[in-house]
Amino acid sequence: MLFESDGFEPFRIYRYNKSSEWIIYPIDTIESNDPWAVNMNLKSIDENDCIIVARNILKKYNETVAVDGIDLDVRRGEIFGFLGPNGAGKTTTIRILSTLTDFNEGSVLVDGHDILKEPNEAKTKMGIIQQHISLDKDLTVWENMYHRALMQQMPKAQIETRMKELVDYFSMGEYMNRKIDSLSGGWKKRAAIVSAMIHSPKVIFLDEPTVGLDIKARRLLWDLIRLLNKDGTTIFLTTHYIEEAQILCDRVGIIDNGKIVALGTPQELASEIGEYAVVVTDVNGKSEYKYFEDRKSASEYGSGIETGEVLVRKTNLEDCFVELTGRTVES
Amino acid sequence: MASVFKEIYSVAWGDIRFMRHNLLNIIAATLVSPILYLIAFGYGMGQGVVMDGVPYLAFIIPGIVALSSLNASFSSTATRLNVQRLYYGSFDEMMMCPIRVSSIVLGKTVLGIVRGLISCLLIFILGLFLTDKLMFTPIFFLSLILACVTFSLLGEMSALLAKSHQSMATFNTLIILPMTFLCGTFFSVSILPEVFQWALYAIPLTHASSCIRAGALGWEFPWISLVVMFAFCIAFFLIDCYLVKYRKV
Repeated sequence: MLFESDGFEPFRIYRYNKSSEWIIYPIDTIESNDPWAVNMNLKSIDENDCIIVARNILKKYNETVAVDGIDLDVRRGEIFGFLGPNGAGKTTTIRILSTLTDFNEGSVLVDGHDILKEPNEAKTKMGIIQQHISLDKDLTVWENMYHRALMQQMPKAQIETRMKELVDYFSMGEYMNRKIDSLSGGWKKRAAIVSAMIHSPKVIFLDEPTVGLDIKARRLLWDLIRLLNKDGTTIFLTTHYIEEAQILCDRVGIIDNGKIVALGTPQELASEIGEYAVVVTDVNGKSEYKYFEDRKSASEYGSGIETGEVLVRKTNLEDCFVELTGRTVES
Repeated sequence: MASVFKEIYSVAWGDIRFMRHNLLNIIAATLVSPILYLIAFGYGMGQGVVMDGVPYLAFIIPGIVALSSLNASFSSTATRLNVQRLYYGSFDEMMMCPIRVSSIVLGKTVLGIVRGLISCLLIFILGLFLTDKLMFTPIFFLSLILACVTFSLLGEMSALLAKSHQSMATFNTLIILPMTFLCGTFFSVSILPEVFQWALYAIPLTHASSCIRAGALGWEFPWISLVVMFAFCIAFFLIDCYLVKYRKV
C-alpha cells in the first residue's frame, strides 16, 4: 500500500513510538486502515494510477552499486523529473526502466506489464529519447520513423496515417527527407521525439533532453514536452538543470549514489528544508545558506549579520538538492 | 511463421535502405580486393601453373569467390552493427521494439548476405568470361548462400563482442586476415603438412572454399564440408542470440 502526504517522504514514514523515539516504517508495511495512518489523513495511492511501478531495483557493475534498491512510482499523465549529479544513477535507472539494461534484483511494471516476464507488451507502451541521439544517422528522418514503425510491428496502412499526423503536429514536413546528420541539434531532438512517438507510447523516457541545446532550442523543446504531456503521454525525464525540473515537472525525484534521497513536487521539496533561505556571502565570495520556516525568522537572522552581503529569498529546488546531497547539480 | 518473417524484414529494412543509398560505393569497394587478387595471383604469379589438375586461374576464381563471401558478408554486417551499437546507439532502439531475439539476429545478417551475394556473383560472372572451366550449378549457389550466411553471422558476433572500433580492427587482423590467406583460397590445403591441414579444417572458410570450388568446377562434392559449414552457421547463430539476449551493457 502506498501513501502520499504533504511533508512526508513517500517511501518512508517517520513515527513516534511510546518511548518518544523516531522509528522508520517502510511505507508498504503500513495498512491503509492503520489508525495512525487514518489519523494522519494519509491518502493511499492506487498502483493502477501508476504507469511505472519499480520496486527495490538493484544494479551492480561488478562490485560497484549503480542503483541501490530504489522504489519508484510514476503516475499516469504526469511529467516526472529525475535529478541528480553525474554518476548518480539517472541514466542507469532510465535504461533499466526502458528494458535496455538488465538488473540484479527487483521488479518493474510498465502499464501493468512486468518488463522481465512480458517484455514485448511493455515495449509497446514506451519510447525513449537518449541523451545522445540514437537515430540511424545514415538514414533520413522519414526512414528512421518508418523503420521504427515497422519494428513496432505496426500495419503499413496505419504507419502512413500516423506519420502524417506526427509530421503535421510537430511541423517536421520540410525535414523529412533530410539525413539525421544534416539537422541542427534542436531538430535532431525533435526528430528523435517524433520517431519515439510513432507507435503512440503511453510513456516517453527523455534522458537529459536539453543537454547541448541553446536556450532558444531548449525552450522550444520544453513546449514540445508540454504538448506531448497535454495529450496524455506520461513523461519521465532526467535532467541536470534545476530550472528545467522546476518549470516542467509535476513531481521530482532526486537520486544520489544510486538512492532516491527526495521525492515530491518541486514546491514540496523546496519547502522541506524551510520556506525561506538566507544567503550570506562573505568578502571572499564564499556563500553560506541557512533555512527558516517563515520570513520573519529569516529576516531576523539576516539583520543580525554584520559582515558580508545578505540575501533573503524563498527556497528553491536547488537548495533542497544541495542540502540533501551536499553537491551542486552540475558536479 | 509469418510473424517471424515480418520481424526479420522490419529489422533488415533499415539496412537495405542504407545499402540503396550507398549501392555504387558498396559494390565498388567490395570488388577492389577480389580483382586485385585475381590480377596479382591469377595472372601475375599463376601463369602456366596447374593446381589440382586445373589451370591456376580456374582454381583461384572459386577461392576468390569464397574469400569475397567472407570479406563482404563479414565486414558489411560487422561494420554497420558496430557503428549502430557503439556510435549511433540505434541498436538500442531495436532492442526497445517487440521483436524476438532470433529475428533481430537474422534480420541483422541480411545486409551482409545480400552484399556478399552481389560481390561473389559479380566476381564469378567475370570468371566465366576468363575461363571455360567454371560452371554455375545449384550446389555452387547453395554453398555460396550458406557461406554468406555463416560469415554474416560471424560478423554479427564480432560486432556484438566489440567494445570499441579498435577491438573490431584487432579481430580483423587476428582472425580474418589469416583466414584470407590460409584457408584454401589461393592454394590447395592438401599440399600442407597434415598438422596444418587439421588446424585449417577447424576454420569455416576452408570448408567454404572446398564447397564453392567443387560446385564451380564440377568436382566431387565434399558433403562433409557442407555439413561442417552448416554446423558453424548454427553455432554462430546461437552465440549471437545469446549475446543479444544477455549482452553486458
